Amino acid sequence: ANCLARYWPCYVMLTGCSVTPLLVFIIVPAILGVSFGIRRIYMKTLLKIFEWATLRMERGAKERNQQLYKPCSNGIIAKEPVSLEQEIQEPRGGGGEFDMSDILYFCRRGVESIVDDEVTKRFTAEELESWNLLTRSNYNLHHISARLTVLWGLGVLIRYGFLLPLRVTLAVTGVGLLVVLTSIVGWLPNSRMKKYLSEKVNLMCYRICVRALTAIITYHDSDNKPKNGGICVANHTSPIDVLILASDGCYSMVGQAHGGLMGFIQKTLVKACPHIWFERSEVKDRHLVAKRLSDHVADKTKLPILIFPEGTCINNTSVMMFKKGSFEIDCTIYPVAIKYDPRFGNAFWNSSKFRMVTYLLHMMSSWAVVCSVWYLPPMKREEGEDAVQFANRVKSAIARKGGLVDLLWDGGLKRSKVKEVFKEEQQKLYSKVLVSRQEDPEHS
Amino acid sequence: PLWCDKVLLRASRRVEIAYFSHSQITRLYSRFHSLDKGENGALSREDFQRIPELAINPLGDRIINAFFPEGEDQVNFRGFMRTLAHFRPVEDNEKSKGHDASEPLNSRNNKLLFAFRLYDLDRDDKISRDELLQVLRMMVGVNISDEQLGSIADRTIQEADTNGDMSISFSEFIKVLEKVDVEQKMSIRFLH
Repeated sequence: ANCLARYWPCYVMLTGCSVTPLLVFIIVPAILGVSFGIRRIYMKTLLKIFEWATLRMERGAKERNQQLYKPCSNGIIAKEPVSLEQEIQEPRGGGGEFDMSDILYFCRRGVESIVDDEVTKRFTAEELESWNLLTRSNYNLHHISARLTVLWGLGVLIRYGFLLPLRVTLAVTGVGLLVVLTSIVGWLPNSRMKKYLSEKVNLMCYRICVRALTAIITYHDSDNKPKNGGICVANHTSPIDVLILASDGCYSMVGQAHGGLMGFIQKTLVKACPHIWFERSEVKDRHLVAKRLSDHVADKTKLPILIFPEGTCINNTSVMMFKKGSFEIDCTIYPVAIKYDPRFGNAFWNSSKFRMVTYLLHMMSSWAVVCSVWYLPPMKREEGEDAVQFANRVKSAIARKGGLVDLLWDGGLKRSKVKEVFKEEQQKLYSKVLVSRQEDPEHS
Repeated sequence: PLWCDKVLLRASRRVEIAYFSHSQITRLYSRFHSLDKGENGALSREDFQRIPELAINPLGDRIINAFFPEGEDQVNFRGFMRTLAHFRPVEDNEKSKGHDASEPLNSRNNKLLFAFRLYDLDRDDKISRDELLQVLRMMVGVNISDEQLGSIADRTIQEADTNGDMSISFSEFIKVLEKVDVEQKMSIRFLH
């Protein structure tokens, strides 16, 4: 303590000298929108290290004559895609509608879903093929050699000792600048200059935040970037999705008005740019929501709206049901697919397990956030297509482009129970089979 | 972390190891662990009901019940594997031969017993008309009238019942399903 008291000016200067050039190195490119390519070199180096680590683990496993655990990439079981009608309507001997063996179909399907189902695994982090030197995703600890432990320890030092403080500083700088500059721009009278400045300020600050996460993003098909008067829809994995899209284009965001720090930021942002924040009470009123969105897209001078129709974060292995609200509005939809590379860190926010702050800390102490963004060609609702069909069409396009599984299940199943109506559909299907047997006993 | 060798060592002393390979057991344990939201090493009925595809299965509750022994409402990993072992395909019986004199869990007979117990609500080894009606009602929901369902139940019991006690015993059940390919319908292909 005595030491600290006497030499504190030296410490401050030392920190300042070491941190400032780094900040300048990172912030100046962010302002100008250019990149030195350092992050990509970093990414390639990391990949080589991971490969080496995997080889060592496999060697370690062989030496001990054990099997290295490889997560089930093809699943635990092979499911036959046979429907109720196909299986039960096989020709049978006896007459009558009901057969005691009908139960076997439901029984097998039920047990299959207990062993492996399509939905519950979407709400936890994806399992990796090989270890990426992060404790939170390791599962072959007993195969680690001394060298790997050293490497892992080094990784911890680098990530928590160097990367994390740097990133937190950048993040604070980015958010701080955003608040200050948008407030200043907000004071200007409405004009083209204000719009221009607002866009530049937003882009710059989001780029700083992107660097705060060491995010290495590859944008594909940028000619399809969303234009004014449209709605941009994307699959949702984490709050970072917003950052990733907003650092490459300008959007009007939609969301619930929060209190506290978040609410303060929301209020500041809206001074410079027309975002759409809803009060908690207004969220339930679907007509009000639809009206505000329609009004916004009708005004061609306003920026495209950014919406995540899944309504909740999914683990980036699949795309779940899109809520039809944004697809009922008559305008062009710009679909975007976002796919994260799980090797560098898990981007999925498991909101039931981690709070936002814990999540951000995890993100900032991972190696990096590597992702690909595809801008898909714009889509419009076709004749005779209703909102739900249109939503499913857009969802399939996004799933296909991002290499994700296209599911009809609702992301809300993360927290709530499945609706009874789906069970009733199954019961109706079976009843139909019984009735059809009764009417035509020869051919079941 | 899932790579608790202790669990696998404990499991290896049990009979269930005969039905699943090492890698299958580790995957099943991974699945068990992910279903176990309370992280107490056992599954409750709520843990099963959280699976949407099972919740919409008309016989979901009966299937869940099959995992829980009489009077219990927790199932541990051993019990979980034991129930799943019934669904091993019948050909893969070589490993279980010679373990003990009793029949393997995935024999045709034991598969049929599993199905029988889905009908037998009160576990008295007989399917009464009332039990059959209840299960039928689960499968058809509100789409078929009481009278029609009643006549279906009557007809089924009439055809199956050979000793005239107006209920279906296990041996009568076996006879009814003798022509059915139970081995195929009650088997799940586990990948290695």
